[in-house]
Amino acid sequence: MAKKPIGPVRREFSPWDDPAAAPFIEFRSVTKRFGDFTAVKDLSLKIHEREFFALLGGSGCGKTTLMRMLAGFETPTSGQVFLDGQDLAGVPPYRRPVNMMFQSYALFPHMNVEANIAFGLKQDKLPKPDIEARVKEMLRLTKLEPFAKRKPHQLSGGQRQRVALARSLAKRPKVLLLDEPLGALDRKLREETQFELMNLQEELKVTFLIVTHDQEEAMTVADRIAVMDAGEIVQVATPAEIYETPNSKFVADFIGDVNLIEAKVVEASSAGTRLKAVADDFQIDVAQTVTAAAGDTVWYAIRPEKIRISRGKPPEAAVNAVGALVWDIAYLGDVSIFHSRVGESSTLRSTVANITRLVERPITWDDHVVLSWERDAGVVLTG
Amino acid sequence: MRHGPTWFNVTSLVIGFSFLYLPIVLLVIFSFNESRLVTVWGGFSTKWYAELFRNQQLLDAFWVTIKVAFMSASVATVLGTMAALVLARSGRFTGRSLFSGMIFAPLVMPEVILGLSLLLLFVALDQARGFWTVMLAHTTFAMCYVAVVVQSRLVGFDRSMEEAAEDLGCPPAKTFFLITLPIILPGVIAGWMLAFTLSLDDLVIASFTTGPGATTLPMKIYSQVRLGVTPEINAVCTILVGIVTIGVIAASLVTKRQQLQKERDERAAYAEPS
Repeated sequence: MAKKPIGPVRREFSPWDDPAAAPFIEFRSVTKRFGDFTAVKDLSLKIHEREFFALLGGSGCGKTTLMRMLAGFETPTSGQVFLDGQDLAGVPPYRRPVNMMFQSYALFPHMNVEANIAFGLKQDKLPKPDIEARVKEMLRLTKLEPFAKRKPHQLSGGQRQRVALARSLAKRPKVLLLDEPLGALDRKLREETQFELMNLQEELKVTFLIVTHDQEEAMTVADRIAVMDAGEIVQVATPAEIYETPNSKFVADFIGDVNLIEAKVVEASSAGTRLKAVADDFQIDVAQTVTAAAGDTVWYAIRPEKIRISRGKPPEAAVNAVGALVWDIAYLGDVSIFHSRVGESSTLRSTVANITRLVERPITWDDHVVLSWERDAGVVLTG
Repeated sequence: MRHGPTWFNVTSLVIGFSFLYLPIVLLVIFSFNESRLVTVWGGFSTKWYAELFRNQQLLDAFWVTIKVAFMSASVATVLGTMAALVLARSGRFTGRSLFSGMIFAPLVMPEVILGLSLLLLFVALDQARGFWTVMLAHTTFAMCYVAVVVQSRLVGFDRSMEEAAEDLGCPPAKTFFLITLPIILPGVIAGWMLAFTLSLDDLVIASFTTGPGATTLPMKIYSQVRLGVTPEINAVCTILVGIVTIGVIAASLVTKRQQLQKERDERAAYAEPS
């Protein structure tokens, strides 16, 4: 499948596009079995230095197991894990230059905030003034100075989360592992903390590896995302690539909202592809060139925000247009979601940003509308 | 719904508590009896307490008991904690339920059988019976109580705290002493206190496994009572009851206060802006 150029990513940082760049973390055909259950299947993955990398997937997809193998809490059944050129086989967790922030925070309840942060430094037998200076710095970075003498049970959820973060960063690890770090916070605090994490990562220049099931979180913080399913990586790419050019039906469906249309290839050429919907009689013109031959069944994925909904004639640029009947409208404040029936059995979702204050709906239930989108708005999925 | 006490409740309460505490109250009252006759009140006096501290045999027995209880409780706590850790942590292995069942069997096994079997063991080993055999015997039966108490503390233990310690560079053995032990310490202390109390008031097993020169207080009291109850014995028992009562009340007050403090702290932490 041809890779379509898409807009610039968050910043000028893409070592993964350089084939000569040495990976910082490398999983080389790693398999992990628990009894009969295979948590990770022959998985290979390269992560670069200073990258903010996200492992994204539903529960039981093997993302946490993968991270725990890097931390040393699980041993691969087969395969190797490398960190900074070193094979980690046989290295116990307490000798690995990685630190982990646990989902439950795992703060030591019998120690105050300072002692929690200093714990790792004391294990390294650093001189006392150095430890004090580092603890102070971490307290400042995480804005915990007023709480230094408190015990974990005297802190709120957000403060505990910051203590856990400060503790895992205090040793300046080569890699920071974050296991669902924001799962226990409420939505607003979670969004704030996501941006704090990004700033912290940029300031400290540490490689971050985050495990999450929340696709919005992964999209917000990560430079690259690996989407996992059943112990395998389905796609590794930047958030924008994952969203705009998913490589499979699974990824398209997992990330964001999508309309999936089953279609037959009518014509495939170097100029583009023509599809015909299986369920209802309408054709789709796609800019993308595919390897499939005429007559093959494929899936066409198009995001709801890329479909325009209008009562009159569709705009000129829109090659694809189909008549529909408005069936359902969900008003979410910032956007409205329209469910429109096309033919007998398909429903297409389209979102419209509410750019003006809603006085009356220009389009309402049972209206006959035209849904239209451009040639490059969606992707053909052969996998 | 009615709230105040009903006649039925009050009556049950009075009967129940009388049943439990009347004998002890009588014992305490008669320890202050002037008369040598146990059942005849001859006026208030503390002379039996003074008498007590001049009775070298009773004092010796008291010290033996304390020493046995202290040592056996300590050894039982170490062994019982280890057993609890293994049972709570080792996951599934063949024979796990058999093993855990065997740890707890002495809880329900008649003391006579335990005492007798230990006696046979010591005889078979040609071990001279005395202080050390009593100590070992008490360790054996107290250990499973400690295991039960500590295991209950381990049920809610978040293993990721140990992983976090290891992750931060702490080897496993050190992690146990720096993280695990301090967190389960209340359970371990409770186990030790239970073991201590069990050893303190054990008569049956001590009788089987003791030898010359190692008479414990319960054995001494029992043998004296066979010759007739003296107010002196009442006085010893009153002191024991007093010690246990103060201990229990103090422990529950401390726990209660800690609990309240913790709840207040948590409310305060969530009330203030972060």
